[in-house]
Amino acid sequence: MSTGTTETIVLVGHGMVGQRFLEELASRGVTERARVVVLCEEPRPAYDRVHLTSYFTGATPQSLSLLPEGFLDRHGIELRTGDPAVAIDRAARTVTARSGFSVRYDTLVLATGSYPFVPPVPGRDATGCFVYRTIEDVEAIKRYAAGARTGVVVGGGLLGLEAAGALRGLGVTAHIVEFNPRLMALQVDEGGGAALRRTVEEMGLVVHTGVGGQEITTGEDGRVTGMVLSDGSAIGTDLVIFSAGVRPRDQLARECGLAVGERGGVVIDERCRTADPAVYAIGECARAVDGTVYGLVAPGYEMAATAAEAIAAGEACAASFTSADTSTKLKLLGVDVASFGDAHGRTEGCLDVVYADSRAGVYKKLVIGQDGTLLGGVLVGDAESYGLLRPLTGSVPPAAPEQLVLPAGLAPPAAIGPSALPDDATICSCHNVSKGAIRAAVTETGCTSVPEVKKCTRAGTGCGSCVKVLTQLVNDELAASGVAVDTGLCGCFAHTRQELYEIVLALRITSYQELLDSHGRPEARGGDGCEICKPAVASIIASLAPAIGADGHVLDGEQAALQDTNDHFLANMQRNGSYSVVPRVPGGEISPEKLIVIGEVARDFGLYTKITGGQRIDMFGARVEQLPAIWARLVEAGFESGHAYGKALRTVKSCVGSTWCRYGVQDSVRMAIDLELRYRGLRSPHKLKAAVSGCARECAEARGKDFGVIATASGWNLYVGGNGGATPRHADLLAQDLSDAELVRLIDRFLMFYIRTADRLERTSTWLERLDGGLDHLRDVVVHDSLGICDELERLMAAHVAAYRDEWAETLKDPEKLRRFVSFVNAPEAPDPSVRFVPERDQHKPDLTVLAGPEIPVRTLEGSAS
Amino acid sequence: MATATATPATNPAASPAAAAGVIEIRAADGQWTAVCARSDLVPGRGVAVLLPDGRQAALFLDRSGRPHAIGNRDPFTGACVLARGLLGSTGNEGRPFVASPLLKQRFDLVTGVCLDEPEVSVPVYAARVVS
Ligand code: SRM
Ligand SMILES: Cc1cc2nc3c(=O)[nH]c(=O)nc-3n(C[C@H](O)[C@H](O)[C@H](O)COP(=O)(O)OP(=O)(O)OC[C@H]3O[C@@H](n4cnc5c(N)ncnc54)[C@H](O)[C@@H]3O)c2cc1C
Ligand code: SF4
Ligand code: FES
Repeated sequence: MSTGTTETIVLVGHGMVGQRFLEELASRGVTERARVVVLCEEPRPAYDRVHLTSYFTGATPQSLSLLPEGFLDRHGIELRTGDPAVAIDRAARTVTARSGFSVRYDTLVLATGSYPFVPPVPGRDATGCFVYRTIEDVEAIKRYAAGARTGVVVGGGLLGLEAAGALRGLGVTAHIVEFNPRLMALQVDEGGGAALRRTVEEMGLVVHTGVGGQEITTGEDGRVTGMVLSDGSAIGTDLVIFSAGVRPRDQLARECGLAVGERGGVVIDERCRTADPAVYAIGECARAVDGTVYGLVAPGYEMAATAAEAIAAGEACAASFTSADTSTKLKLLGVDVASFGDAHGRTEGCLDVVYADSRAGVYKKLVIGQDGTLLGGVLVGDAESYGLLRPLTGSVPPAAPEQLVLPAGLAPPAAIGPSALPDDATICSCHNVSKGAIRAAVTETGCTSVPEVKKCTRAGTGCGSCVKVLTQLVNDELAASGVAVDTGLCGCFAHTRQELYEIVLALRITSYQELLDSHGRPEARGGDGCEICKPAVASIIASLAPAIGADGHVLDGEQAALQDTNDHFLANMQRNGSYSVVPRVPGGEISPEKLIVIGEVARDFGLYTKITGGQRIDMFGARVEQLPAIWARLVEAGFESGHAYGKALRTVKSCVGSTWCRYGVQDSVRMAIDLELRYRGLRSPHKLKAAVSGCARECAEARGKDFGVIATASGWNLYVGGNGGATPRHADLLAQDLSDAELVRLIDRFLMFYIRTADRLERTSTWLERLDGGLDHLRDVVVHDSLGICDELERLMAAHVAAYRDEWAETLKDPEKLRRFVSFVNAPEAPDPSVRFVPERDQHKPDLTVLAGPEIPVRTLEGSAS
Repeated sequence: MATATATPATNPAASPAAAAGVIEIRAADGQWTAVCARSDLVPGRGVAVLLPDGRQAALFLDRSGRPHAIGNRDPFTGACVLARGLLGSTGNEGRPFVASPLLKQRFDLVTGVCLDEPEVSVPVYAARVVS
């Protein structure tokens, strides 16, 4: 502007803070008046580095991206990816990029982040050594780990534990080498570190504290073979990940003569400006006025806002950044770890209140000032209360500190809730959103759901640790403003499926009519119900049949009237009214004799055959009256119903596994068969699919299943909530390195909890997405038994397993049930003339012209028509 | 066809609605035809019936044991499957309907009109129980 041409702002570094800075500029209208040029070193625009580890469990560069669709175009921002800045000329006010591109700036903003510190260990450049900072890093680790058995992570801090957890998830035995005497030395104190270590070791990670790496040994091919530690011991390993802290990337600033701190970091003032008023530095590359280089996003975001405000408002700028809260809550390897405020108790005269249960791996400490003010704390193993305690820091809590550290079950009910927080309490520290702002989003802006509030305030869209409290607040506020949503199952029931499940279980209601007449909406009682609740209630009663004393067979008594047509005929109806027949082939393993039977049956009944996507064989085109004869042959040959027609377990796919495959580490076929036989016939809110892979190569596609099992060198990893179909979702890791028995027990609990709490036609994927507290909550319930219901869940599954009978075998034995398998009630053998076929390749397909034309009279009754 | 070919009722104890009696349908020509025993039906479900003129009807018993008959052909797909749909009454002023098992459109059993697309309908046949 001073030059009379358009003002130019150049941003170096498009990381998390850089992107936030651009958004802050845009929201202040600066992008309208100024040209903004961004030099980005990485091959892609900014992404969510905080959730980098989720790359191992299914996240993609797209899903991690932080750049909103159309953002650059909308604000006319020029982004040059893969083109880092290499030199700054402050006198000429130009920045030059690696490609030779050079741009003149009025304002320059450095947001170059940090680089991982690699200790000077001999061998650190060998093939198989990695750092952990970018998508490229994790991609490379993932690829390399596929052929690895053991990995060493240097550094037992936050990132080190994340990296070790990721390795473990890949089926690699992980060692952590930490120079400090405890894990996460920065965040937790000695007691917390000890609790953390115990839990981490129980998971099979090997922890070495108080030692450093001395040398990395390599083989002839230059690949890592091991690591020698400072105490002389050695670990044989295939790969090494350095995660020993980060250093600010301040080299560009140094080279152009800007001051840096003693331990690095571009020196800035409270407006994030360097000594050169035209140059700013923000994020991890900057050293704040309090002398700290902050390694967390929240302070970086505050700096981004401050710098943008300073650029927008000039001398009138009121914003300033001096210091930041370094509270953190993390989920490391499934363990909650949180620290906030004065976690180490450095305030003069402060006192600790500690609760420790080493058996359960729980450690909680609150630091209390002499006047009773909450100063900070450390929570390991159970950080439920973090969302409430952190905002209370600096005030005297509304309940006694010792009540605040007790586990939920022991604390007096409602010791504190979000309602106890003042309006100015910060709920979301990532985005600095107060309780008042969240309430206003509901009462003033009119948001009516948590997702809407998230969108409007951004609360909960960072690390996610505040979502629980956020949800409570939003729901309280909605309830207070009288917003009621009809959550009823359908026009007949005002209850949700979950509530109906509880009613059926508690009152042992075994009939739909009884349930409708006693618990239906008044207007629906005494009526015929509807096609939505009938199968849903039938499924609930069937899932609970052995436990509530109902008959389990789907065709028995009233149950028969409730089932969708596929269940009613134990086969899947096809477009022309014919049926398909799918016998169970557990784990996809089938003997030649059985293959021959299927071939013969299909040939004899003129059925079209196809290998399904579920590792079994489907026979199509059976007329309803043929089904019993077809199944009589199949049952005789040892086949059972495959429940292709039911909301029930479909298939447990397998890969060939360790018995044949050179890579297999466990017998995946045996496990798949065991699981399929255990859960066959289990009715559920939607169909259930599973798979078992024999190693991390994942040939069985287990992570696309409702429950997927992947073999590791020391057991099985269990993934849940996967889905193919229209909205694919990769399953999330629930637990690792389970023994056979542990695996089965956990799946029992998982499935029964899902059946108990899911909505009708809600696959595990959508259920998990919807579940309050998500995967963490699920893990609390089914792994840590936080609700104390695991015994019951296991009992219900045991009852199901014991009561299982093959539906088709039972049907064939019962003339009453067989009566329905007729074309016409008054002409049981007369085939329906609209079920006709035309040739297709070597087989046949439905003749659609018959269906499109006028109704054809049935000819078999010729002469008998009056 | 004047006599039912179905097996006689063998399951009298099943439910009160399965009481004795024969179901008759009045076909296009105005004649009542006995098609099956009342006990051949489960309340809430249907059976397919072959009418004397070679057409197909879908016959249902509602919860109170009243019979209803409509054409069996699903006008949306052309398949003869309506008898295999599920019955309901909620949201239709208490009148029973059947939901097609293929694409789930609902048809009023009293008027034959499709509740989801009122321009479409199926034929309705009178039905009664005689003892
Ligand atoms: C036969 C088969 C296709 C094939 O020729 O391979 C098939 C056929 C049908 N699928 Fe499928 N699916 C088949 C494998 C799959 C798979 C692959 C798999 O299981 O590994 C998927 C993706 C995985 C998944 O479910 O997560 C799949 C995702 C679906 C979906 C979408 C589900 C979702 O959550 O989005 C539906 C629709 C639904 O269930 O609501 C569906 C529904 C259907 C229905 C039942 C549609 C219908 O109502 O008529 C089809 C009738 C089957 C029949 O008549 O026998 N089918 N379907 C496969 C049978 C597998 C088996 O042996 O049981
Ligand atoms: C695995 C992992 C987990 C983490 N978990 C958490 C967490 O739970 N909570 C938390 O608060 N923080 C966490 N962090 C830290 C957080 O990611 C950083 O604080 C944040 O990314 C800092 O943002 P930034 O923009 O300053 O730096 P970065 O995000 O690193 O961005 C800097 C960008 O500048 C680019 N750059 C550097 N030099 C140049 C140049 N000369 N020209 C052009 N571009 C250049 C870099 O390539 C990079 O893309 C985690 C980090 C990692 C790696
Ligand atoms: S997943 Fe199974 S088949 Fe695939 S490589 Fe591993 S063991 Fe072999
Ligand atoms: S505190 Fe991180 S998203 Fe709210």
